Amino acid sequence: MDLRVTDLACARGGVPVLEGVSFALSGGHALFLRGPNGIGKTTLLRTLAGLQPALAGEISVPPDSMAYAAHADGLKATLSVAENLRFWARVFGTRGIGHALERFNLVDLADRQAQNLSAGQKRRLGLARLLVTGRPIWVLDEPTVSLDVDSVHLFGQAVREHLEEGGSALIATHIDLGFLAEELELTPFKAAPRDLEDFDEAFA
Amino acid sequence: MIAILIRDMALAIRAGGGFGLGLAFFLIVTVLVPFGVGPESGVLREIAPGILWVGALLACLLSLDRIFALDYEDGSLDLLATAPVPLEGVVVMKAVAHWVTTGLPLVLAAPVLGVLLNLESGGFTWLVVSLLLGTPALSMIGAFGAALTVGLKRGGLLLSLLVLPLYVPTLIFGALAVTRGAQGMATATPLLMLAGITFACLALLPFAAAAAIRVNLR
Amino acid sequence: MSIWEYANPKKFMQTSGVVLPFLVVLTVAALVTGLVWGFFFTPEDYKQGSTVKIIYIHVPAAMMAINAWAMMLVASLIWLIRRHHVSALAARAAAPIGMVFTLIALITGAFWGQPMWGTWWEWDPRLTSFLVLFLFYLGYIALWEAIENPDAAADLTSVLCMVGSVFAILSRYAVNFWNQGLHQGATLSMDAEENIANVFYVPLLICIAGFILLFLTLVLLRTRTEIRVRRINALMARERMG
Repeated sequence: MDLRVTDLACARGGVPVLEGVSFALSGGHALFLRGPNGIGKTTLLRTLAGLQPALAGEISVPPDSMAYAAHADGLKATLSVAENLRFWARVFGTRGIGHALERFNLVDLADRQAQNLSAGQKRRLGLARLLVTGRPIWVLDEPTVSLDVDSVHLFGQAVREHLEEGGSALIATHIDLGFLAEELELTPFKAAPRDLEDFDEAFA
Repeated sequence: MIAILIRDMALAIRAGGGFGLGLAFFLIVTVLVPFGVGPESGVLREIAPGILWVGALLACLLSLDRIFALDYEDGSLDLLATAPVPLEGVVVMKAVAHWVTTGLPLVLAAPVLGVLLNLESGGFTWLVVSLLLGTPALSMIGAFGAALTVGLKRGGLLLSLLVLPLYVPTLIFGALAVTRGAQGMATATPLLMLAGITFACLALLPFAAAAAIRVNLR
Repeated sequence: MSIWEYANPKKFMQTSGVVLPFLVVLTVAALVTGLVWGFFFTPEDYKQGSTVKIIYIHVPAAMMAINAWAMMLVASLIWLIRRHHVSALAARAAAPIGMVFTLIALITGAFWGQPMWGTWWEWDPRLTSFLVLFLFYLGYIALWEAIENPDAAADLTSVLCMVGSVFAILSRYAVNFWNQGLHQGATLSMDAEENIANVFYVPLLICIAGFILLFLTLVLLRTRTEIRVRRINALMARERMG
C-alpha cells in the first residue's frame, strides 16, 4: 500500500498555493506535514483525498485505500456510539464494529448518544470511525486540535498500532504526538506568484 | 446505501419536528385560505385542488435546505464523497428520506384537509394519487436546489427562488389532475405527464445534484 | 483555431474593443430607423388601432428574451466542456440583459392586451411562459451573486442553466395545457403574424435586427466589464498574499 505523489500542484479558491510537491509513503510509516498556517496543508490533504482536483502532477495510490479525517468528524449527536460506527461500517463495506469498540474502550459506551460523550470520548469515537473504514492509509488533518494531553497520547498510541499492523499515516499537525516519524516541511513548495506582466493570471 | 436512508430518517425523527413541521405548515396554509378568500363553499370547492397542491409544495420547501446542510457542516458530506458509495446514490437516498419524512405525510393528510376546503367527493382519490406521483419529484428537484446552495449560509431563500420555477410543471399537472377528477373528467393525460416528470427527475437530476455537491466541496 | 482564439481574454478584449464602436453605431441606426418607421410611418391597423404598433418593441424583445437564454445555455456548455472563462463571463453578462428583455416583453404585452382584454394582465399561455422565464432569469442571476468563488459560481450556474432549460421547455408545454385545459375559447392571439401585412413587415425586421445588435453590443460591453472585475480581484488577491 504505497502512496506516491509526484510534482503535485494544488489550489485554494482558484489560487495556486503549492507546487512541485513530491513524496512517497509506504506501509508501516508515517509522515508529518509541517508548515505555517495558510501554507496549504488542508488543501494538499483534500486534494489527495479526492475532494479537489489537482492543478498538476500525479497521485499514485491503490484505489479505495485512503481514509480521510479532518476536524469535523462526521459524527451525529443524536445517534449512539454503536449506531454511528455501524453506519460508517456499512458505508465502507466492512464487517462489524466490535474490534473498534474494544480498541478504544467504547464497549460500555456503545449505546450512549454521541452528544452525551465527553470531549475525550468523542475523540475516541472519531478514531474508532477511522478504524472502522478498514483502510490502510490514514490522511489526517490536525486530528488533535483541542484535545487534552491524555487524548493526544491515546491518539498517538492508536496511530502507532495502526503502523505496526502495516498501515500508514499522513498527518498535518503542529503537535508532538509522542512518536517520531519523517517530516515534510511544505514551505519550499509554496507556489510562486505568476509573472506580473501576464494579466491572464486572473484566468488561471 | 440503504444505510444512508435509514440514518437520515432516524436523524429526522430524533431531531423532533421531523414529520410534524411540514404537516403543521400544510394545515396552517389550508386553514388560512378560507380566512383570506371567504367561507363560501362554492368558491372553496373550486380552488381546493390548487390550494392543496400549493400548500403541499410550500410544506416540502420548508425542510429542503436541511437535506445536505447538516452533513456539510459536520463533515459527513466530505466523508461520504470519499467513501465507496456513488455520490449520485447518496443524493437519491437523501431525496427519498426527505420524501418519506415530508412528502408522504402530506399525501396522507391531504384528504382530511380536502374536507376542510369542500373538495368535491370525486376529487379525493385523484388528490391522493396525484400527490403520490408528484411529491417525489418535489423532493428530487428540491434536493437538486439544495445541492446548488449547500455551502451558503442562509441559502434558504435563494433555494426557494431556484426551486419554485422548477416546480411549475409538476404543480400544473398535479392540480389539473385533481380538478378534472373532481369534475368527473378524464385524468389520464395530466397524470401521465406528472408521472413522466417524476421519473425523469429521479433518473436524471441525481447526476446534476452530485455534480453540484462536488463543486461545493472543492 | 479560429473562433477559439477569442477564448483568450486578452485577444477578446482587443477584438471587442475594436468592434464595439461600429456595433454601437449600427445598433443605434437600426433601432432608430426601425422604431421611427414602425411607429410613425405605417398605417393604423383597422382592428387594433395604434396599439398594434407596440409589436415593434414587443416581438423583438420577446425573441431576444428567448435567444439570450439560448446563448447562455451554449456559453454554459462551452464553459463546462472547455473551461473558457470568457464564455462563463459572457453567460453571466447576458443574463440581466435577457431578464430586462423578458420584462419589456411582459410589460409591452400587457399594454398591447389591455385595450382588447380590458385588464392589465391575462394568464394567456404565451405571456405566462414569459413570466416563468423571468423567474428562471432571476434565479440564475441570484445564484451568480450568492457564490463567492468565481469558478464554483460558473460551474453551478452552468448546471442550473442546463436543468433550467429543460424545465423551461417543459413549462411551456405545461402552461399551454393548463390554459386551454379549462377555458376553451377566448384565446387572444398575440401572434404577430396574424396582424402583419407587408407594409408592417419590413420595419419589424429592422427592429428585430436592431434588438439583436443591441443584445450583442450590451453583452460585449458587460463581458468586458466582467473580465476587468476579475483582473482587479486577482490583483487584490495577490497583494493580500504578499
